[in-house]
Amino acid sequence: MAGNKGRGRAAYTFNIEAVGFGRGEKLPDVALKPPPLFPDTDYKPVPLKAGEGEDYMLALKQELRETMKRMPYYMETPEEKQDIERYSKRYMKVYKEEWIPDWRRLPREMMPRKKCRKAGPKSEKAKDTGKGASLANTADVLKKIEELEKRGDGEKSDEENEEKEGSKEKSKEGDEEEDDDAAEQEEYDEEEQEEENDYINSYFEDGDDFGADSDDNMDEATY
Amino acid sequence: MTQAEIKLCSLLLQEHFGEIVEKIGVHLIRTGSQPLRAIAHDTGTSLDQVKKALCVLIQHNLVIYQVHKRGVVEYEAQCSRVLRMLRYPRYIYTAKTLYSDTGELIVEELLLNGKMTMSAVVKKVADRLTETMEDGKTMDYAEVSNTFVRLADTHFVQRCPWVPATENSDPGPPPPAPILVISEKDMYLVPKLSLIGKGKRRRSSDEDAAGEPKAKRPKHSTDNKEPIPDDGIYWQANLDRFHQHFRDQAIVSAVANRMDQIFRSLPVGYNISKQVLDQYLTLLADDPLEFVGKSGDSGGGMYVINLHKALGSLATATLESVVQERFGSRCARIFRLVLQKKHLEQKQVEDFAMIPAKEAKDMLYKMLSGNFISLQEIPKTPDHAPSRTFYLYTVNILSAARMLLHRCYKSIANLIERRQFETKENKRLLEKSQRVEAIIASMQATGAEEAQLQEIEEMITAPERQQLETLKRNVNKLDASEIQVDETIFLLESYIESTMKRQ
Repeated sequence: MAGNKGRGRAAYTFNIEAVGFGRGEKLPDVALKPPPLFPDTDYKPVPLKAGEGEDYMLALKQELRETMKRMPYYMETPEEKQDIERYSKRYMKVYKEEWIPDWRRLPREMMPRKKCRKAGPKSEKAKDTGKGASLANTADVLKKIEELEKRGDGEKSDEENEEKEGSKEKSKEGDEEEDDDAAEQEEYDEEEQEEENDYINSYFEDGDDFGADSDDNMDEATY
Repeated sequence: MTQAEIKLCSLLLQEHFGEIVEKIGVHLIRTGSQPLRAIAHDTGTSLDQVKKALCVLIQHNLVIYQVHKRGVVEYEAQCSRVLRMLRYPRYIYTAKTLYSDTGELIVEELLLNGKMTMSAVVKKVADRLTETMEDGKTMDYAEVSNTFVRLADTHFVQRCPWVPATENSDPGPPPPAPILVISEKDMYLVPKLSLIGKGKRRRSSDEDAAGEPKAKRPKHSTDNKEPIPDDGIYWQANLDRFHQHFRDQAIVSAVANRMDQIFRSLPVGYNISKQVLDQYLTLLADDPLEFVGKSGDSGGGMYVINLHKALGSLATATLESVVQERFGSRCARIFRLVLQKKHLEQKQVEDFAMIPAKEAKDMLYKMLSGNFISLQEIPKTPDHAPSRTFYLYTVNILSAARMLLHRCYKSIANLIERRQFETKENKRLLEKSQRVEAIIASMQATGAEEAQLQEIEEMITAPERQQLETLKRNVNKLDASEIQVDETIFLLESYIESTMKRQ
């Protein structure tokens, strides 16, 4: 709309000489593509600082990187199912020290919820005492019934349950989490072992790593 | 938070804590404060994993929580704290220079674990130090404790806020989350512990040989059965104190470089007579750098260190250096000229810098498009007609510093990505070389012959060896670059922070 350049002739609104082009000189071509990704530089970069301190920090950095990967804070992603399950994979797992956070410093909803049959009566009691105020809430009651039912089916329902509720009742997070947290401390290891299958984890009552425990002749496995 | 910062945070979190923690952390950085369920829903992660990730992040002081009304707990990420992970090697190295190996390991353990009780730190460090000592020697807990106390006294480590003990029993239901508090005077208070013991060497049966499962190992180490005397009192590294130290170091070295000739003749032992000291201080005060200012004559002359000016000078020097390295020394001359004269017209630049017009224009526009220099318009007439307006070149240090800082974040992100790419490309070869090394090590332990070792070593061919060498060189270079760019980041951030505080 401001394209009217005046009766036929193009005229600049500023003094073209000020920008550096002489009158009537050919202007450079319009750039039709983005600038190159790795343009040539006229000046090479300055070499890096070298010295005892720098060398030490470099070694430290690389060491820290490796150490962090071995710490319990590094959460491995569960690998996707491989086409052929390698027998050797079982024996090459790196065993990490477990870490249990200090629950006293964390919000109560952080504690993992454990549906354990043998702790049933205890958790029921804990639930009841905490629940007093909100039993009136029908949604909670329904959920409780749901959970009592599902308790018989094992932990598989746990995660699915939570996800469904998450989308339904976002506003009631605080209440629900409080109610359902059993006061038991739990090791993360247990959680990690949970697989989404039909086996009830408590079937193998050991509680320890199932796979590794069952073999007594360790020597055979290492090559 | 800019995209560049978020990207860098993502890379750092992923490298140090894995993808799940990265996903949760980045989500929080992007969206701000959120409750647990929302996080799980928005990221599509299971609630258990979100909880775990949050625990890790909270443990490392990267996420904080707040209780809102109706008992909802919301979690917030601290982006700038995540970026501090780049600086861990520097913190640890500084501790080493100030408090030697013991101090170094204490700070390292605190950084690796986020927070720890003093007794846990002392025990861990004593064990680690004992590992490195000659056979039969052990590190005493008392020595480690002493170093810890010194670190606390000089504020390099501080106590974490904790749950106040409630004397009366709470009538209602317990709160959804503990409120953590700390008072100034308690922050560096070391608990009275009598830690008696010595570091232990790891018994060889406990060592992790690669690939050997330890199913028979008990779940908890036996030490956990003992009651912890300082239970609940956690310590963390005080990053601000380290930053103070870095800043002081930077200023001192800048001044030292400046006064190099004088400093060389400074007598050892600092037995300077009053008169000589006076002269030095006057020199410093008159120096255009304005690091030291004279603020009065009481007591023979009061001198202050003008921190804000000092940081500004350091930032400016950084900018000048970048212009020089990127655009050349003539550009740098123009840049310094405009800095000095504050505002200059095109013509004046050409005259003062003694550079022909065409080149001067070219350089000015290059710097302009790089945002090192900006144009200030001063209209002569109310209609702002371009032919009747002054255009003055000027350097706005604060905005140039911000621009450069943003660029630094991008640079480091690129460096990390490149390093990860290089490592991934050569993953197969790296794994092979690690396996070979493990085989050689185990063979040496069982006393193999030279010929056998030779054979194993030849499993890696010469070109492969070459490839590994190149890889190592590149990765080292990239890592070293990261460390150095972080130094620039520190300078620029300190300067920008000081300008904000002044307002």
